[in-house]
Amino acid sequence: MTAPVTAESAASTAVTAESTWSTLRRGLAMSRELRRGLAGTVVLALFATAGRVAVPVAIQQGIDRGLRAPGGPDLGMVARIVVIAAGVLVVTMTCAYLMNVRLYTVSETALADIRTQTFRHVHDLSMLHQQGERRGSLVSRVTTDVDQISQFLQWGGVILLVSFGQLTVTTLVMAFYSWQLTLVVYAAFLPVVFVIRYFQRRLTAAYGTVRRHVGTMLAAVSETVVGAAVIRAYGVHLRTESRLDAAIEDNRAAQFTALRTSVMSFTAGEWASGLATAAVVVVGVLLGADGQLTVGQLTAFLFLVTLFVQPVQIATEMLNEAQNAIAGWRRVLDVLDLHPDVADPGPAGRDLPPGPIDVTFSHVYFAYPVADDPPAGRGPAGSAEAGRGPAVLSDIDLTIGAQSRVAVVGETGGGKTTFAKLLTRLMDPVGGTIALSGVPLTEVRFAALRHRVVMVPQDGFLFDASIADNVRFAQPDRSDDELYLAFAELGLADWIDGLVDGVRTQVGERGEALSVGERQLVALARAYVADPDLLVLDEATSAVDPATEVRLQHTLDAVTRGRTTVVIAHRLSTARSADEVIVVDRGRVVQRGRHDQLVGDPDSVYGRLYASWVAQTSTR
Amino acid sequence: MDGAVGKGLRVLGRSIREEPRMFIVAVGGSVVFSMLTIAGAFVVGTVVGRVVVPSIDRRQATVGALTVGVLVIIAVSAGKVVGLFGRRLGAGSMQFRMQASYRRQVTRRYLELPLAWHHRHATGTLLSNANADVEAAFFPIAPMPFAVGTVVMLVVAVGSLFGTDWVLALVGVAIFVALLGINVGYSRRISPRVSAAQRLRAEVSAVAHESFDGALVVKTMGRETEETARFAAKAGELRDAQIRVGRVRGLFDPALDALPSLGTLTVLLVGCWRLRQGVVTVADVVSVAFLFTVLAFPVRAIGWVLAELPRSAVGWDRVYRVLAATGDMVYGVATLPVVDTPATLRFDGVGYAYSGAQPVLRNVTFEVAAGRTVALVGPTGSGKSTIASLAARLVDPTAGTVALDGVELSDLAQESLVATVALVPQVPFVFDDTVRGNVTLDRPGVDDAAAWRALRAAQAESFVAALPHRLDTRVGERGTTLSGGQRQRLTLARALAGGPRLLILDDATSAVDPRVEAAILATLRSAGTSVLVVAYRRATIALADEVVYVEQGRVVARGTHEALLAGVAGYVNLVTAYERADAERADLDRLDAERAEAERADGVSA
Repeated sequence: MTAPVTAESAASTAVTAESTWSTLRRGLAMSRELRRGLAGTVVLALFATAGRVAVPVAIQQGIDRGLRAPGGPDLGMVARIVVIAAGVLVVTMTCAYLMNVRLYTVSETALADIRTQTFRHVHDLSMLHQQGERRGSLVSRVTTDVDQISQFLQWGGVILLVSFGQLTVTTLVMAFYSWQLTLVVYAAFLPVVFVIRYFQRRLTAAYGTVRRHVGTMLAAVSETVVGAAVIRAYGVHLRTESRLDAAIEDNRAAQFTALRTSVMSFTAGEWASGLATAAVVVVGVLLGADGQLTVGQLTAFLFLVTLFVQPVQIATEMLNEAQNAIAGWRRVLDVLDLHPDVADPGPAGRDLPPGPIDVTFSHVYFAYPVADDPPAGRGPAGSAEAGRGPAVLSDIDLTIGAQSRVAVVGETGGGKTTFAKLLTRLMDPVGGTIALSGVPLTEVRFAALRHRVVMVPQDGFLFDASIADNVRFAQPDRSDDELYLAFAELGLADWIDGLVDGVRTQVGERGEALSVGERQLVALARAYVADPDLLVLDEATSAVDPATEVRLQHTLDAVTRGRTTVVIAHRLSTARSADEVIVVDRGRVVQRGRHDQLVGDPDSVYGRLYASWVAQTSTR
Repeated sequence: MDGAVGKGLRVLGRSIREEPRMFIVAVGGSVVFSMLTIAGAFVVGTVVGRVVVPSIDRRQATVGALTVGVLVIIAVSAGKVVGLFGRRLGAGSMQFRMQASYRRQVTRRYLELPLAWHHRHATGTLLSNANADVEAAFFPIAPMPFAVGTVVMLVVAVGSLFGTDWVLALVGVAIFVALLGINVGYSRRISPRVSAAQRLRAEVSAVAHESFDGALVVKTMGRETEETARFAAKAGELRDAQIRVGRVRGLFDPALDALPSLGTLTVLLVGCWRLRQGVVTVADVVSVAFLFTVLAFPVRAIGWVLAELPRSAVGWDRVYRVLAATGDMVYGVATLPVVDTPATLRFDGVGYAYSGAQPVLRNVTFEVAAGRTVALVGPTGSGKSTIASLAARLVDPTAGTVALDGVELSDLAQESLVATVALVPQVPFVFDDTVRGNVTLDRPGVDDAAAWRALRAAQAESFVAALPHRLDTRVGERGTTLSGGQRQRLTLARALAGGPRLLILDDATSAVDPRVEAAILATLRSAGTSVLVVAYRRATIALADEVVYVEQGRVVARGTHEALLAGVAGYVNLVTAYERADAERADLDRLDAERAEAERADGVSA
């Protein structure tokens, strides 16, 4: 079997294709919330920064008209200037406060929406996409990646906004004092723009590397935690340690490389500031000697240069952070871009006709996508057989009558589970069609499909809640008593009674407080309570003891009466009681019929499977 | 609150002790940078006073003085660049090294701490301990050298102010004290809000983690909308917490920005007064005013450190909990001889209880004699997996002893234990590695030939041979590219590859087809290894020399399958379930047939 296409591989091609600006534009376009306040926030930012030039102007005025007033220092004049400037500062502070609060409110509201939207999208992705991604990396799409955007918007974004405002206002004031000196300052800073552009590109690559190493490190840590039992049982501490150490060290080294690049880029601003100050002094003195500039004006200009340098330096720093945020944003967009290849037809879709469901497979063909090939995940999945591995199911052509109970049997890897996944539309066939009660599966609304068709997978995942909460998953309005009744109907009342807290027993993370078999019982009860018309059990009782399984079988016989049931079975006990047995071998249906008919031919696939089963279960 | 700041400072102190060289580089760089920043202000002041004023007043540029001024300005910039490199790279290096060092220590503890400890802690928590918490704990290192440099700069600045004029100096002191005061008030107000947001961030992550883990159930039950609502509620709480942080930050940030500007204006006013008194020169006033402008930004660094300290303290606490966790599983020094002969396993009066819960095992006594196969049989939830874990010493009994060849497991050296016993767990765990890596685990003496032999014995040879890169095929995180049965056979091969003298199979063939299982069991049987097998299947039990039947954590009966079948009701009920079901069905079929026959007969007679 081959690896399914991962969103990560699809994303890597997108990264190169999409520029920073288009990511930003798309990010903004995605959220109306973010755009709404933007104009107002920018106006506030302008006011907030305009006030900053009050100080250099006050100094110029203070020196020329106060300190160096013809009749000696004029305290009254200076006092007037200072009071006006202080007034401007207060207005500035107020605007800055309003701008900050506005930015926080708007960005957090928008990002909470984006988080939720992305979360939903991940659930809407097909099972193959979900499993192709590292679980941790999907989680980070709705957590740290969004956090990075939020940190940037509120911390870096404010500063960036203020910095650009400050640059603009400072330039205007500088030009007012002396256009020649303004040109000098710009000439000193022009090279910086190119240097920064160069480093930005290197930084983007460096942060990409950091990101990748963080992912590897997290995977290594998670393996250490989840595989704790196996690591102990085999005493492979040293091997695990060296894998961990390598991942941790790679991460550290990558972080340092990124930092070094960032510092080099940052120092460009410092160089420019020194050059600009020196050039202003030279040109300013020459201009002053020529009578074109007063001492106060030149001094104010030197202050203005620092006002010019600060935002350039800070903006450089923030542009680095912006790279991080944009990378995060891009990863979020990449997930959102991932087209759910098993899509809900939505309101345009059809409902299933009421009553029991029958199933038709026509020439169904399926093969898993191959990772190395062009990312099939980005387009619709129907790109025929391109980028697919060997056939897992081919030419499956069958009908399952309404209300019949069918067992699908066959060897491991023969395609049984794939059959179940296609039947419940966790995946779509590569060729052929599947219809439920005459309605093509792809046209059925998910709301209807998931309500009427329920599958119990082999690994019945439980949420960290009580047994009752897990069982009422699909029917949240059921009371604990009703749920107890459901267990009783399944013949499991004695098991529940044996638990200290009954149905309120907490199952722990992933249900790990229960044994594997007990988890399967809960998962089965969950499906039973969901009350579907088509029930698909994928080896749902594989870890349950035989007595319990037989008991469950009896009750399942009763509860599945009136519904269509497809059981993927590896214990042939199930097959014997089925209305029909479908034998799958190497991706094809090789036999169909009742157990007693099939077993009549001892040389058939089923005959051999059954003989082996009998040999294992007979008393001697 | 002050406790949190104090604790955060202690974490910083620890970092300084552990990375003194990088700390010196960073602080050195920072001090150079800061001093040159101050020097820069005085250089500008001096250049204005000595070069600009005379040149403009005399309407003639003095080339010599101008050249010196320009060179000094550029030299200051060059010095600042050097300082910057030292400060940023030193701090970064220190921060990343501390993070890496503690990540190593935390993950070492994960490997050392017993499984019982792991059972008590959620996976998500352990992941964030090694990642986010370590990061938070050492985050203040980044701005710290800047802050230290700023403090030095403030002291020097105040000193130089007193050198200029004591009145202007008092203005400076007042402004700096106000700045520090606001910074402290700021961090006090903001840190509980930041902690709350941090907690919610972890909760949002936990919801996402669980929901994506159970994605298949969510999908098959069509609960996407409800899950999204659950997530949206948490995301909304986080949003509100973040906005509360923003309100405080939004107020204090502009205030901290404006204060140095107000200082500059005050200097202008007071400077004018002092100038009239003839105590200071224009250059002095300009220098002091310039000083405030350049100080405005660095002073914020102190605030950054203070604001990060409480978060650092919380992160450190969580990291420390792991480092200080006790109850390590201590291994002994005893070794068992390295031989090919099978081992003997003995349980004697063994009891086990998960922490604080009812015992799951009571007084369990049985033996797996050398070369024998013992089947452990019992209903779902009767304690079989716990017995398997005890036999491989994944956990230690709370009562009684488990011994291998007469040596108590807790006395055995780890190497000897893992070389003797192999456990195949019920849920197969596959490393994100190649097939080879998963089977050999880089154990000494397990080469490719051994791997293939083990794969063959585990009936995994054919599917591995069909993989695109055979042994070199990567199986993906948790082996997601393999089917359940394939994963199980791979883990079985892993156990066999080490040539164990005792093999424990915890229902480890449940996802394998009957015929495949039969073949695997036959191979095991012929290998002559002692086997303890948790089993339901008749064939497995039939291969066993003895059966240990457990119910609710107690051994109810021991003996051959036949003996148990003759005398133990629960056992009979369990293992003959399928046959009885068949018999019932046969009876029903017979009754149906008889009824049909009778009806036909009736019809004939009528």
